[in-house]
Amino acid sequence: MSSDGRKPRIAVFKFASCDGCQLSLLDAEDELLAVAGAVDIAYFPEASRRMEKGPYDIVLVEGSITTHHDAEAIQRIRRQAKTLVTIGACATAGGIQALRNWHDTAEWVRLVYAKPDFISTLKTSTPVAEHVPVDFELRGCPINKHQLLELIAATLAGRKPNIPAYSLCIECKRRGNTCVMVAAGTPCLGPVTQAGCGAICPSMRRGCYGCFGPMESANAPSLASQFRVLGASREEVDRAFRSYNGWSWPFRRVFEEAPKP
Amino acid sequence: MRRKSYRLDATGLAALIGRLHEQGYAVYGPRVDDDALHWRRIRSVEDLPRGWTQELAPARARLVPDSSGGLFHHWTCAEGLKAMLHLPLVRVMAARRENGAFRILHNPPPAAKCAFFGARPCDLAALAILDRVLLGDRYVDDIYRARRENAFLVAVHCTESAPTCFCASLGTGPRARSGFDIALAEFAEAGEPEYFAEAGSPAGIDLLEACGAQPAPPEMARQVEQACTRAAGAQKRSVNAHAAPALIDALFESPHWDRVARRCLACGNCTMVCPTCFCVNYEDRNSLDGQEAERWRLWDSCFSQSFTYIHGGSVRTSLKSRYRQWLSHKLARWQAQFGTPGCTGCGRCIVWCPVGIDITQEFQELQAAAAAAAPPRE
Ligand code: SF4
Ligand code: SF4
Repeated sequence: MSSDGRKPRIAVFKFASCDGCQLSLLDAEDELLAVAGAVDIAYFPEASRRMEKGPYDIVLVEGSITTHHDAEAIQRIRRQAKTLVTIGACATAGGIQALRNWHDTAEWVRLVYAKPDFISTLKTSTPVAEHVPVDFELRGCPINKHQLLELIAATLAGRKPNIPAYSLCIECKRRGNTCVMVAAGTPCLGPVTQAGCGAICPSMRRGCYGCFGPMESANAPSLASQFRVLGASREEVDRAFRSYNGWSWPFRRVFEEAPKP
Repeated sequence: MRRKSYRLDATGLAALIGRLHEQGYAVYGPRVDDDALHWRRIRSVEDLPRGWTQELAPARARLVPDSSGGLFHHWTCAEGLKAMLHLPLVRVMAARRENGAFRILHNPPPAAKCAFFGARPCDLAALAILDRVLLGDRYVDDIYRARRENAFLVAVHCTESAPTCFCASLGTGPRARSGFDIALAEFAEAGEPEYFAEAGSPAGIDLLEACGAQPAPPEMARQVEQACTRAAGAQKRSVNAHAAPALIDALFESPHWDRVARRCLACGNCTMVCPTCFCVNYEDRNSLDGQEAERWRLWDSCFSQSFTYIHGGSVRTSLKSRYRQWLSHKLARWQAQFGTPGCTGCGRCIVWCPVGIDITQEFQELQAAAAAAAPPRE
């Protein structure tokens, strides 16, 4: 509750993204009524026809900035937001669509679209924080609904959210999983990836795909060399790091700094 | 005091587990699960890993078929007994707002009686260290105490060592000397395995005698002693803990730390698997409507940046400072703090480090660096 006694107003905006993160909010069916009771959902086109003007207390932004229109809109949104929270790998790291950043976007547009003239786009897909100041980043592809609810609950209670920046391994080990790298030789991005998903993939004996992006002090080059020791090719290592969070520097340095064969 | 020792056949061993169940214990033992050995509930001897042994090396653990016929032809579980007694995740409190007041809804339940069947000497040594840390001071950890006081420990001496073991150099193994109710040694060479069993407590004596254990011939005790001595002699890794405090002081600024920091991921796996790393963090959570609150306790790691967060930021921001802190605490500073090193030589941190950083090798390299830096003798 804000100081004047009214419920905090929340808005949800979207840029280039798959909507999966917004769906995580809608997915929280059991908790959604409580959320709706605690906050005033003023703008959330994916969920409601109600579209009220700002300013808002909390703005959640999904998606990356890929067009001139996006780049302008995010400035306006920032001005309307008391607290701006980016949600998901697209908004926090550029997303999978940031693969274009290493290629000739104009060339791709020509290849993909029958009438390329209608397409107006930036050369890059970039995280929101490259455009405006961001108050908090919720990681994940998609975000974890418990983290989202924790963020809202903490904000309402005026406390710091329990959203750790350490490695996924800590979460994985607390769960009692066997390490897939050590016990099966499976390359896993867990040691350089931020915790938060609950170690879903290693619990299913798969290596972590790094959906939650680099952890606080990610030493990706060291992990990349270990992948090579485990038998991964240079290309496989690059591909592992160049996915949803590939544009974030701690991952990007693996393939941008590495000597080309 | 001379311990009572017994000879037990396979039927007697099976009876031990049965009796523990009858006495109301939840019995845990090393079990094959999820590609490794873990502490899991066992119903009978059949659940123990007969037919399996381990290959252990830096950053590598494999379960491989074994033809010895033994139940204990392996070494440590992936996690220490810490995971069973000093729980990774525990809700310590829940509360609700009621009529303008604050009502406590939940306190941790009384701990179940747990028996651990097949603990290794290093596992026992780790419990002795945790006892000192969590029970041995003015502030006692009640959650640990409730579980610890109810624990029944059946240990197994190591008549062979794994390549990653270095308990001999720390005096914690490969033969268990104390801290058990019963300690077993397995003789699996000739067909049906046979056991040498030592009682370490009155409850251990009662249990063994109730299971038909016969006094052990002196020859058997000698064989166990010899096998454990051989196992100790075969260990290739070692740490000289006596030298650690002076060495760490002298080499606080050594470039060696930069070298290891290039490899270290600060992932914290070493601290999670270490049977003596005890650090925890507390988290407060609340319901969206602000009516309910909970306090949770979770394992934490000195490799996380938030671990040293004080106003203004974290104290140990570099990987180098975090690795240095961990090694220094384990081998040196722990001695001043708690009277023993914080390391048992179990080798888990070597095996489960994703990049295979080896605490014994790091320590040896530090010693070499100190020797090289020392002024030549006159
Ligand atoms: S020593 Fe190994 S296990 Fe420990 S934090 Fe560093 S990389 Fe992780
Ligand atoms: S520091 Fe390593 S070898 Fe020593 S007790 Fe901990 S995990 Fe075992």
